[in-house]
Amino acid sequence: MCLAVPGRIVTKEETVGVVDVRGNRLRAGLALVLEAEVGDWVLVHAGFAITTITPQDAAETNALLDQMEGIG
Amino acid sequence: MTGANVEQWKRDITAAAEAIPGSGQVVLMEICGTHTVAIRRSGLRALLPKRVRLVSGPGCPVCVTSQGVIDALVDLAGRDGVTVATFGDMVRVPGTRSSLERKKAAGGRVAICYSVLDALDLARKRPDQLVVFAAVGFETTAPGSAVAVEMARAEGLPNFAILSAHKWVIPAMDALLAGGEVRIDGFICPGHVSVIIGSRAYEPIAARYRRPCVVAGFSAEQVLAGVAAILKQLAAGEARVGNVYAEAVRPEGNPEALARIHRVFEPADAAWRGLGTIPASGMDLRAEFAEFDAARRLGLPWPPSEAGTSERGCRCGDVIRGAIEPHECPLFGRACTPVHPIGPCMVSREGSCQAEYKYGRA
Repeated sequence: MCLAVPGRIVTKEETVGVVDVRGNRLRAGLALVLEAEVGDWVLVHAGFAITTITPQDAAETNALLDQMEGIG
Repeated sequence: MTGANVEQWKRDITAAAEAIPGSGQVVLMEICGTHTVAIRRSGLRALLPKRVRLVSGPGCPVCVTSQGVIDALVDLAGRDGVTVATFGDMVRVPGTRSSLERKKAAGGRVAICYSVLDALDLARKRPDQLVVFAAVGFETTAPGSAVAVEMARAEGLPNFAILSAHKWVIPAMDALLAGGEVRIDGFICPGHVSVIIGSRAYEPIAARYRRPCVVAGFSAEQVLAGVAAILKQLAAGEARVGNVYAEAVRPEGNPEALARIHRVFEPADAAWRGLGTIPASGMDLRAEFAEFDAARRLGLPWPPSEAGTSERGCRCGDVIRGAIEPHECPLFGRACTPVHPIGPCMVSREGSCQAEYKYGRA
């Protein structure tokens, strides 16, 4: 539950949007990242984006998650 | 992690550990379930010099939830007209007499959700049910609950409430150090909690107790970087806040998320499994949101009494404080396994017991 995963905002309607998390489209609350726009990368935790991140950070974290899934 | 990186970290860490005055053990505590899993999975403990010991603290939100709260949720799930909406990890945690899973099998209403937004949906679809969201988790999860409560108010949703067992991490760090039972020379601070509270939030702990606090992300390499940063401070006789996860964690955290928490919740004394009641460590709904507070609405004694709760020989409380390692519990791996868990540290994917069971002692 501490874990947050990178996702890219696909659509945004007021404070709720759809975020692409590793190919899965999930609904996510966007009320905590007011500055985020469609196309931005965010960290998603328990259905809410908690911060924006750079595409590079997202790519690094996704690579790490791939690795973890490979082992786990 | 590449082999070359590992060697470099090992050299850095060994040099820093040797430079720390004295010859005693140096104990670093991590307080994040994701760190617990990353450390066990990567076998990172085995890479460290003998002098350096990593210990897991109260970082798993399901695990620290008190038995009184579990019992209250189980009780709610059995009431007519009430549905308990909860994260999946919570349903198998045994309460004193039953669990949410067993209550559901016996006809109780329990819905598993990924997010509090799912609980709101359920309330919209089932106006005949009072949907009570089991609001557990630290500062990372609490802003979402705060947003949901304000959404429910804005749309006039009458049948949604939360039972708040949300917690602040820093009062627990304070309580551990003030208690003095477990040696802690420095803290590896949780990455995603710190996204919300900011690295600056640890400054009072670092200053008051003279303990380095370093925020780290959840990869093994990030944890190693955090360990190295703490050891270097200890070698230099320093106790500061550090942050090796600056790509996601800012000194001030996420001000909007913090404002949301403070708007909806107020600090309250709260019971933690293994740690007892810690002043101002909980988040109770403010009086102006009483209609969304399941405890007030249903007349539950809150905080719930912990008297008479039983954990059947389970030593999760000692594991959560870092007083024992999971394998030191007599039930570990025998009576208590991930298939038949007796305590929450074996139930939760982020619990120390499940991590040690799956990945071993290293």
